[in-house]
Amino acid sequence: MDLEYTAEYQAYREEVRRFLADWPRVGQEVHGEGVEAEALFRERGIEAGFVYRNVPAAYGGAGQEPDALKDAIVRDEFYAAGAPGDLTSQGAGLLVPTLLEFGTEAQKKRFIPKAISDQEKWCQGYSEPGSGSDLASLQCRARLDGEVYILSGQKIWTSNAFEADWMFGLFRTDPDASKHAGITYLLVDMKSAGLEVRPLKGMTGGMEFNEVFFDDVRVPVENVVGRPGEGWGVSRATLVHERNLIANPNMMRDTFNDLLDLARRTVLEGRPAIEDRKVRQRLAEIEGYVRTSETSTMRQFTAQVRGEPLKAMRPMMMAKLYSTDAMQMIQRCAYDLLGADGMLAPAPEDIAGWARNSTATGWVEAYMFSLGPAIAGGASNIQLNIIGERGYGLPRDPRPPTS
Amino acid sequence: MDFGLSDEQELLQSTVRGFVENECPAGRLRELFDAGTGHDDALWTGLVEMGLPGLTIPEEYGGAGMEILDLALVCEVLGTGGVPSPFLGHVLASLALDMGGSPAQKSRWLPGLADGSRRATWALCEAGSGWEPETWHCRWAEDSISGTKLYVPHADGADLLVVGVEGSRLAVVDTAGAGVRIENLEGIDRSRPVFRVDFEGAPCELLADDPAVARRLRDAGLVLLAADAFGAASHLIDLAVEYAKTREQFGQKIAQFQAVKHQLARLGLDIEPTRALFWHAAYAVDHLPEEAERAAALAKAHITDRGLEVARAVVELHGGLGFTWECDVQMGFKRLMFDRAFLGNPESLRDRCAALAGW
Repeated sequence: MDLEYTAEYQAYREEVRRFLADWPRVGQEVHGEGVEAEALFRERGIEAGFVYRNVPAAYGGAGQEPDALKDAIVRDEFYAAGAPGDLTSQGAGLLVPTLLEFGTEAQKKRFIPKAISDQEKWCQGYSEPGSGSDLASLQCRARLDGEVYILSGQKIWTSNAFEADWMFGLFRTDPDASKHAGITYLLVDMKSAGLEVRPLKGMTGGMEFNEVFFDDVRVPVENVVGRPGEGWGVSRATLVHERNLIANPNMMRDTFNDLLDLARRTVLEGRPAIEDRKVRQRLAEIEGYVRTSETSTMRQFTAQVRGEPLKAMRPMMMAKLYSTDAMQMIQRCAYDLLGADGMLAPAPEDIAGWARNSTATGWVEAYMFSLGPAIAGGASNIQLNIIGERGYGLPRDPRPPTS
Repeated sequence: MDFGLSDEQELLQSTVRGFVENECPAGRLRELFDAGTGHDDALWTGLVEMGLPGLTIPEEYGGAGMEILDLALVCEVLGTGGVPSPFLGHVLASLALDMGGSPAQKSRWLPGLADGSRRATWALCEAGSGWEPETWHCRWAEDSISGTKLYVPHADGADLLVVGVEGSRLAVVDTAGAGVRIENLEGIDRSRPVFRVDFEGAPCELLADDPAVARRLRDAGLVLLAADAFGAASHLIDLAVEYAKTREQFGQKIAQFQAVKHQLARLGLDIEPTRALFWHAAYAVDHLPEEAERAAALAKAHITDRGLEVARAVVELHGGLGFTWECDVQMGFKRLMFDRAFLGNPESLRDRCAALAGW
């Protein structure tokens, strides 16, 4: 155990910091603030070898030698600087790793460059009205007709579908095969004829997700990722990436620090709430979870770097649930500190999801939003099944009798 | 940047684990627990043969010169096995002598502590749960001390006591000398009995006048208790998992009920990730002096707090059996009661965390 970085990595960190010293100046000079400035900086980051380190240069990435320690240094430094690095969008964060693992050469060339540059936005078509936790029961049909699949059915809870150019999703291509075997992973153009997106209003008031309807939508067979009927296995890989995105200890620490600020600013019985013993106790108790999450992530990280992931299998299975539980604790504590302000509805500008919190209504929005990640990417009860069954060898849920 | 155990550390843990499984299996543990002496010559000899009592004592004094993290890894295994042993007090007293002793004091005492031929423990707590160096009131003169210490683990078999005295100082008392009276307090954890020790002008030698020694000693103790609690709670979860896989009700194994499965998964979720928390606290005591005090307090508060709650649930999962003396669960439960209260309960430790953070 040695938490120091060797000279090589310290030098690398300095290199990253020198590069980041230009943020946000670079880009603003050319484009002012906003998306273009970020895109320009991200491009420079790719040229410098810091952004999309693990995406080959042929597909628009930096194509660096795999080095998880350098990945971590870059991630931490970019996060601390608030600089635009690897996108954590559905495209860059979820589709790209899946294509790198399972995609054809043509698919990688066609889709990865535009996904990582955000020129094409992606959404994930998994859940259906009748298939949530029991995702493998999905019914959205893809019928093979010559060189195209013809899609009919519905997806739901599809984040960002309204602005997405493409969807990666799971469709039933063989209704006669067993539940998991008849599923195929397809890439669907959202501008296809017969495809309709209807937004769903979330409880925070934001348009967070959508329904997507397919009425004989045609998808060419070259848009199958992996092999037909093997989509379930392909999607498992995506799911691991999604859970990793959700369990972000940097974000948790920032939110906890925001909570401390709130406790300093909130007046309770004539003095700052942070001086109240009950509040201090609660904050320190929550910090126990935050610190556990941080250190457990370090342990998992080392196990991966050493190529011994099995040694941290249980904490890896637990990371998503541990993190969403802890985030809800933080948000709930903040909500309690708001007192009567907790009755206020979020303002439109608060409805951004995971925004840094400073206003009361921003905290109200964040509190409600914190309920979402516990459902997305495998709800908490499903996580408990996974932990119980795979982590502790407990029996699987009994299957209902089949007729 | 590497946050994992070395091959040597993994070997250390598996060696001690093998020893505990062979020499202190459930049946033997039960006999020792019922006897309540918290000690067994064969077990102590085994620990000595593995070099554990001298694990952190410098090599020049016959020890292995290892770190708090290594000690914590041993404590985890002892907690897992619920092993009755004076190990905790012994290694902490040894640390005190190593950190605060003069070269002459070290040469005199450490070799015997390293080879286990002499046993030591520490006496910190005073009336009113005064574990903190600032709350010690035992009076001392250059060569004697007077006062009362409570909850001194394994004082009956100790040759040496490291005693916290007024002014955050530490004194060493030979229990064979005059003016030392030891009384069993009949503690709840029969694997680690606790004693009241009265000193009346008991001959002593003072260790270095350095408050940092007492604080560092306390932080090391917090880490070892956190590790012990992690082991004890993990073991209780294993017991509950095994029980749920074998116990049948309503015609099926109770683990088949999702309520039970999810409850067990939640227990795992409460404890397993905290392995990294006590590792990190140990590393901080070894290498990160600015973080050590807070990391140790936070880890001990969190793990013992969650650990006792896990123990409560494990009793419940065993049904009526769980409430009996006969059930092994009660031993782990009481181990966690000790770990939670010793050196300060989670509330007092969290108060310190808050103060140290400048909240």
